[in-house]
Amino acid sequence: MVETVLFWLSAACLLTGGAFGVLGGIGLIRFPDFYSRLHAAGITDTLCALLIIVGLLIQAGLALISIKLLLILLFLLFTAPTASHALARAAMVDRSPPEVTGDPVPGEPSSKS
Amino acid sequence: MRYLVSLALLLALLWLGISGVYKPLLFLLGGTSVLFVVWMSRRMDVVGVEHNPVLYSWRLPIYWGWLVWEIVKANVAVARAALWPDRHLRPQVVRVPVRLATPVAKVTYANSITLTPGTVTLLLEPDFIEAHALLESTARDLESGEMERRIAWLENRP
Repeated sequence: MVETVLFWLSAACLLTGGAFGVLGGIGLIRFPDFYSRLHAAGITDTLCALLIIVGLLIQAGLALISIKLLLILLFLLFTAPTASHALARAAMVDRSPPEVTGDPVPGEPSSKS
Repeated sequence: MRYLVSLALLLALLWLGISGVYKPLLFLLGGTSVLFVVWMSRRMDVVGVEHNPVLYSWRLPIYWGWLVWEIVKANVAVARAALWPDRHLRPQVVRVPVRLATPVAKVTYANSITLTPGTVTLLLEPDFIEAHALLESTARDLESGEMERRIAWLENRP
């Protein structure tokens, strides 16, 4: 019983993780400029990796391999933003300023916080 | 000396967690590597230089939990934007003031901003951060200063 639940839970994590990876890829292609594409890559760096590793952790259970998976996640979450920031800085240094939209499109509520 | 011991313990734990083969010879090799790395770090004068007491605080897991939740929310927003870019995309450059004092806190802030999809730190100066925001909602979230308050709470240990 517990095993079935865990199996499906891990399957759900792996599948949603994969789906977010695909969405990140779609964003990477569709977003207009370099800086917005960084955000799309951010999806694959964070939630996609997070869900896939959580899914694998459930599969592995309490074992030595889970320590390795957690370490992978830890290092990924520390290095990914560093790489993104380095890319953004490089683009700034190269003097390609980000495209900025001026006023919001009518019909869309401007604040969603 | 305190830093040397804690570094050695951390390395030993790491080795034990990764190795998985517990035989006398490997223990010997592991112990030797730990001692070697500690000796090298001491020679390089890097032990305790960037020591951050927050690492051992109970507040860190709470901050991480909050950050993961923020990451999940931001991911959903950016994923939606990937599907309907015309409706959601509002790329903008946001400048937010930074009132955090220590360099570690500032770097934590800049890294947390970049880690959250929808915002990327472009520039970290002593008193402000310039960030690129993809969506209106992520820009507003950043401007609200919630994340900075959390980091201030994280740093402000009793």
